[in-house]
Amino acid sequence: MQFFGGSEISPSPPTPTTTTGNNAHMIYIFNRNGVCLLYREWNRPLHTLNPQQDHKLMFGLLFSLKSLAAKMDPTSADKGNLGVPQLPGQGCSFHSFRTNSYKLSFMETPSGIKFILVTNPRTSDLRETLKYIYNLYVEYVAKNPLYTPGTPIRCELFNTAVDQYVRSI
Amino acid sequence: MDTNDSLRVASLWHSMHAISQQLSPTTGCSGIELLEADTFDLHCFQSLTGTKFFVVCEPGTQHMEALLKVVYELYTDYVLKNPFYEMEMPIRCELFDINLTQAVQKDRVALLGR
Repeated sequence: MQFFGGSEISPSPPTPTTTTGNNAHMIYIFNRNGVCLLYREWNRPLHTLNPQQDHKLMFGLLFSLKSLAAKMDPTSADKGNLGVPQLPGQGCSFHSFRTNSYKLSFMETPSGIKFILVTNPRTSDLRETLKYIYNLYVEYVAKNPLYTPGTPIRCELFNTAVDQYVRSI
Repeated sequence: MDTNDSLRVASLWHSMHAISQQLSPTTGCSGIELLEADTFDLHCFQSLTGTKFFVVCEPGTQHMEALLKVVYELYTDYVLKNPFYEMEMPIRCELFDINLTQAVQKDRVALLGR
């Protein structure tokens, strides 16, 4: 697989960077149409909105941030107008943002699947972690003959694998 | 980027800053402080009045928060204390521009000197 240069789960997961235990708050997986394929939370004291609004808001935020990053890129010569949908891989895309209470890491695959991980703000770069989770997705979801693309993921094995891996970050 | 684009980017940022507070898993979120992209980093500093200062820099540049605080000080000295400056209008204060360029140059020299 040219995109990541490794297609098995066997490459060992990245070593834990900060304190072990509850580092991650929640994870979202969206497809290119904005359907939330997976939402799992492990540590979320504050729920501001109901889940549907929360997912829509998250997807909208990411869409706008990608568009902003493409526009503000100082290295590219020609930038599209703000609001024009960017193809995955086209233009400069952000990979994380940090606030004082959380850090959000983002990764988009060429097929438009978006992986979002919300952790505590002191976490270091989580791009390798997201790639590993993408590999888990490929193994348990994409290769699952009973899974219909575009629908929420209902695969217990995938959920437990993600839970287990995220607890070890 | 022309003025219209700057305005669009600014309003987009303002809404996203607010949305990021809504999506926070814990209480007490004060908005996006750092946005990391492939080719640049964007640091944002928000003052108590809600005025936001941005710096776009190379990925991994250190001490940008200090630079933003310096810019904030220059803003209060040369812009807010300027009797001819109208609030919420674009800043056209020469002294502010001169001192801003000096501060950035000093920062750049300090970084290269290391």
